[in-house]
Amino acid sequence: MGPGGACWRGGGVPGGFKRWLSSSAPAPRVCVVGSGPAGFYTAQHILKHHNGAQVDIYEKLPVPFGLVRFGVAPDHPEVKNVINAFTQTARLERCAYYGNITVGRDVTVAELRQAYHAVVLSYGAEDNRVLGIPGENLSGVYSARAFVGWYNGLPENRDLKPDLSCETALIVGHGNVALDIARILLSPLSLLRKTDITDCSLAALACSKVKRVWLVGRRGPLQVAFTIKELREMINLPGARPVLNPADFTGLENAIKDAPRPRKRLTELMIKTALEKPGEKTVEVQAAATQAVAPREWGLKFQRSPQEVLPTADGRRVRGVRMALTHLEGSGDSAKAVPTGDVEELECGLVLSSIGYRSLPLDPSVPFNTQRGIIPNSSGRVEGVPGLYCSGWVKRGPTGVIITTMNDSFDTAQSVLEDLQVGVLDVSASREGFGAVGSILRSRGVHPVSFSDWEKIDAAEVARGKAAGKPREKIVDPQEMLQLIGH
Amino acid sequence: MAASMAAASGGSVTRRLLRGAARGLSGGGGAAAEEPEGAVVNVVFVDRTGRHVPVRGRVGDNVLHLAQRHGLELEGACEASLACSTCHVYVSTPHLDRLPAPDEREEDLLDQAPQLQENSRLGCQIVLGPELEGAHFTLPRVTRNFYVDGHVPKPH
Repeated sequence: MGPGGACWRGGGVPGGFKRWLSSSAPAPRVCVVGSGPAGFYTAQHILKHHNGAQVDIYEKLPVPFGLVRFGVAPDHPEVKNVINAFTQTARLERCAYYGNITVGRDVTVAELRQAYHAVVLSYGAEDNRVLGIPGENLSGVYSARAFVGWYNGLPENRDLKPDLSCETALIVGHGNVALDIARILLSPLSLLRKTDITDCSLAALACSKVKRVWLVGRRGPLQVAFTIKELREMINLPGARPVLNPADFTGLENAIKDAPRPRKRLTELMIKTALEKPGEKTVEVQAAATQAVAPREWGLKFQRSPQEVLPTADGRRVRGVRMALTHLEGSGDSAKAVPTGDVEELECGLVLSSIGYRSLPLDPSVPFNTQRGIIPNSSGRVEGVPGLYCSGWVKRGPTGVIITTMNDSFDTAQSVLEDLQVGVLDVSASREGFGAVGSILRSRGVHPVSFSDWEKIDAAEVARGKAAGKPREKIVDPQEMLQLIGH
Repeated sequence: MAASMAAASGGSVTRRLLRGAARGLSGGGGAAAEEPEGAVVNVVFVDRTGRHVPVRGRVGDNVLHLAQRHGLELEGACEASLACSTCHVYVSTPHLDRLPAPDEREEDLLDQAPQLQENSRLGCQIVLGPELEGAHFTLPRVTRNFYVDGHVPKPH
C-alpha cells in the first residue's frame, strides 16, 4: 500500500520495542480524534502491536462509534456487530474513551500535540457536498446526510421532520447511501419496526405517502457507485417493484465482457432486472395492493444532471426537478457527463441529494486540501507536521465500505508504529496525555464522558428498546444522555 | 492449547477465550468460537508478511475463528454474519475446488474485497473437513508489514 514496507520485513525488527520494554522510557501516548471505524481501527492496531502505548480516543458526541451508529442503516444490524470488537478495544487498560469533547473548540490540536507524542485525526466527514443549483434550499429538499442522521438518531438531525406527504421522491446520486434511503423510504414498516430506527422516524415513515422513488445520476449504468449487495437488497425488497428502462442497458453486455468482476456482476444484475418479464414480483406487489398497502416502486434514471429544483406556485416547496440530459465523453470510471442541451422535468415533492459527504478543516494549524476535502498526507502522515497523522475519510475521501476504512486505518497505525520505532517520534520525554488535557477541559467547564458512562447509556437504550421489541431505542438528545450519567 | 481444556470442560473454555479476546489477544472479530472436538486437519495460514503459520485445525473449525485463535490478523467485523468482507482469504488451488460453491451473498461481498482473485473466499464461510488437509489460506497483503513489533503468533 504505502512506501517503506520492505525495510520492515524479515523479522529482525523489534529492537526498538525491546529497548522500550526493558527500559524505563515513558510510554508513548497516542491521541485519536474521532471514535468511528477509522478511530477505533487505528487505535486497535496500535494497541495490538505496541505493548506499551496508551491510546486515548476523543469524540465530539457523548456516544461512540460514529457512522457505525449514525450511518449504517438500521436494517443492517450485522454490520454493527463490529461494535463488539471496538468495545473490546475500548475496555483495554491502555485505551481510554473521552466523549463529549469537541476538538478545535474545547481543546485545540496544538494542545493535544503538547499532551501526546502522536495525534491521529480520524474525525471523518461531517458535512456534505451540495448540488449548487437554484432551489436547493426549498422546503422538501434535504441532504442525504441529514436524512440518514435523522432516521439514525444523530442529535443534530433529530428535528429534521422531513415532509413525507408526497407520492414521489427523487434521490440525486447512485451510491449506497442513495440506495439505503430508497430502501428505508419503501420498506414495509413491519421490517423497520424490528430495527433500531428511532421511534420518531418510524412514526413519520408510518404516515409517509411516498410510494415511488427515483434515483437519478449524471452518468450511466457503468458508472454507478453502489455495490451489488445493496442493489440486490433493493431489488428483493418486499412490496416494491424495480422500474428499469431496458433501453438504458442496450449493448452493455458487450461493454462489460472484460470489466473487473464486481462491475461485471453488478451490471449483469441491473440488465437482468431491467429485462425481466413481470413475474412473481408483480404478483407480490398486486397482493400488497389488495391488502390495501399502496404498491410501491423505485427506479434508476441515468444521464440526468439536476439543473434546478422547481418551486410550487407559492414559491415555498419543491414540485419537481429540471434535469439536463447528458451524454458521456470517455468511458469507465473517468467518463464525463456533458449536457446534450435537452432538458426534462420530473415531478416530485421530496428531493434528497446524495452526492457525497465532505470533510471539514478542523483547526488552522492542520493543513487541509479544500479541493479534495482531505488532509494532505502520505500513508497517514500529515504533510509538514511531524507527529500528526490522519485516517479514514478525512485521509482519503468519503468513499468505501468498512474494509476500506479498516485497511486504511491499519496503514496509518503502521506509520505511527514505524515512527515510534525509528525515533521520528521522540518518546524520551514523557507526555502527560489526558492528565494535561483533563486539566484544560476542567478549566473550560467541559465534562468528558467515559466508556463506562457510555455503557450506562447503552444499557438504558437497550432497555428502552426491549419493550418495543427493538435492539435499542436510541437517545437522540445529548442533554438526556448526560443527565442519565449524572453529568 | 485449548484442545484438552475443551474436551475437559466445555463452556468455561469459551469464557476463557472471551476473556482473552477482551484483553486484545485474539483478533478483533468478537467472540472467538470454541474449538470443535473433531479429527485434526492440518492447514497453513500465510500471513500478510508472507510468513507460513502451520496450524492444527479440527473438522468443523471455521477458518476465520481458527485464524483468530492463532493470533493471525484476520478481522471479522460482522462476526461471520455475511455483511462484510474483512475475513477475505485466498485458498490454495486443489482445495478451492473441494469447497462448496460460494452462495450469492458471499459472492456479493467478495465483490467488495480489495485485491479480489479467482481463489478468493470469505474465511468465515469455510468450515474445515478432511478434504482440506494441507490447505493454504493466504491473507491478502493489503497493508505494509503488520508485524512491526516482531509479533509471532502463539504456537498451538
